[in-house]
Amino acid sequence: MRPVSYARATAPAEAVAAVAADPGGAYLAGGTTAVDLLRQNVLRHDRLVDIGDLPLAGIEETPAGGLRIGALTRMSDAAAHPLVRERFPLIAEALELGASPQLRAMATMGGNLLQRVRCAYYRDAVSPCNKREPGTGCSALGGINRGHAILGTSEHCIATHPSDLAVALTALDARVHTLRGAGERSFHIDDFLLPPGDTPHIENPLEHGELITAIEVPDTPTARTSRYLKIRDRASYEFALTAVAATLRLENGRISGVRLALGGVATTPWRARHAERLLLGAAAEPGVFDEAARAELAEARTTPMNAFKAELARRAVVRVLRTLAATPEGQA
Amino acid sequence: MTTHKPAARGQAATAPPERGPGPVPVPLIVNDVPYTLDIEPRVSLLSALRDGCGLTGAKRGCDQGTCGACTVWVEERRVLSCLTLAIACEGRRVTTVEGLAQGGELHPMQEEFIAHDAFQCGYCTPGQLMSAVALVREGHAGAPGEEADPAEISEWMSGNLCRCAAYPHLTAAIAAAAKRM
Ligand SMILES: Cc1cc2nc3c(=O)[nH]c(=O)nc-3n(C[C@H](O)[C@H](O)[C@H](O)COP(=O)(O)OP(=O)(O)OC[C@H]3O[C@@H](n4cnc5c(N)ncnc54)[C@H](O)[C@@H]3O)c2cc1C
Ligand code: SF4
Ligand code: FES
Ligand code: FES
Repeated sequence: MRPVSYARATAPAEAVAAVAADPGGAYLAGGTTAVDLLRQNVLRHDRLVDIGDLPLAGIEETPAGGLRIGALTRMSDAAAHPLVRERFPLIAEALELGASPQLRAMATMGGNLLQRVRCAYYRDAVSPCNKREPGTGCSALGGINRGHAILGTSEHCIATHPSDLAVALTALDARVHTLRGAGERSFHIDDFLLPPGDTPHIENPLEHGELITAIEVPDTPTARTSRYLKIRDRASYEFALTAVAATLRLENGRISGVRLALGGVATTPWRARHAERLLLGAAAEPGVFDEAARAELAEARTTPMNAFKAELARRAVVRVLRTLAATPEGQA
Repeated sequence: MTTHKPAARGQAATAPPERGPGPVPVPLIVNDVPYTLDIEPRVSLLSALRDGCGLTGAKRGCDQGTCGACTVWVEERRVLSCLTLAIACEGRRVTTVEGLAQGGELHPMQEEFIAHDAFQCGYCTPGQLMSAVALVREGHAGAPGEEADPAEISEWMSGNLCRCAAYPHLTAAIAAAAKRM
């Protein structure tokens, strides 16, 4: 790891000023991405501003009935919070199915959204990689890409977005609140995590030094019946090959509310809007679930190594919807 | 879509004091003992404990957050000391496996690890112990008086790998120790 300087911020505006003023500056939250990738020479900051003491941890209800989750809330604390478990079980599940207990006790909710891709060529710090060194090419396209994305890819990058939390938040239309020199602003999660396109090195719309202060999850009554299904190569402590975040509400056997987002298969958390449109108002039957899943995956672009993901994702969607349709709480 | 609000007025926008990148004095409290190390800010808590404090219990397995051999506690949290900067632990209590035994008496978890043969080479053991005690405290080995669920213990120990695959013995030791804690 290259030398870095360190400062511990005590106020958000002070932290923003310190990082914004220095192109080599970056925030340090739980450090589980930052320290890892600085040590591998993938990230090259030379000034760290520790935000661990900022008063940005904690979860509160919003006047509109949603939840505001402070950016520095640890993944473990968010997953254990009674309001999260009761109103948004899919968020608690997505968190507890991610990483390991130690990592979740370190990692923060804001940092989770800014974690970097797990593509081995990105992480080795030497292979050509458009995300790490723009314009050098993508080693994964003709390389080992079994874990890579089949949706939202471009000819410049096919890395999968690694966050589980972000998939659940995408299903819930969450917003990300930030602070920069010019003041506060907020983004819909769909506009926050960007597909690679021609600029795979630009992963989000944050300005240099812009601080995530909170994640807001709007009131979503259907989310009380929700699931996060994660399929991976081992039983625990592994990134998703495919994940599905879903909420479902039935009235007289017909679907009156549904949210669906996919993880592990796309370059961003993937809101399955085609599928949602086909499902809404339709009968809650396996054939309908299957058709919706197929429609969503129709535009998948696979490689010989990751072609299995399209079928895996189809089955995962059907399984989650069948499970939710069979739970009594989902019936009106 | 983005929405804009003006910056709150009267907020301090001065930079916090910067330290390093060269060696700086870093005070740490480990197992209730104060140390002051002259280290660069980039030094991990794991290196500081092993090379600075001479506490070699925490082990370096992967140095990238994947094995759990370096698990220690910062305050009540079980964390990976390889991905934690030592300087970020200033003002926080650090506990390592050396701090588990009290007054010459082994911790019940240590006794049950011995009784259940929960290790072979022992390399992962300090990290396993620190995770195991935290797991019981977090409530994942059943409520007091309740039988522990081995599957729940395994899941909440999944951040600690064991190349000797002592897993069944580890689970049994933790379930037994939970009854005594
Ligand atoms: C072995 C391993 C396995 C993992 N498995 C999973 C998994 O299965 N699922 C999953 O979802 N994740 C997984 N992760 C990723 C982990 O969840 C993230 O590393 C973590 O959430 C990042 O949060 P942090 O607080 O540690 O961020 P840091 O490492 O401190 O920061 C990450 C990045 O975000 C920036 N940053 C942090 N906070 C803010 C803020 N408030 N505002 C602006 N910028 C900020 C930092 O500058 C840095 O660039 C795994 C990680 C490891 C090491
Ligand atoms: S897939 Fe993306 S991250 Fe991986 S090598 Fe290609 S450009 Fe880099
Ligand atoms: S040495 Fe820290 S997790 Fe492996
Ligand atoms: S006892 Fe050898 S690695 Fe666990």
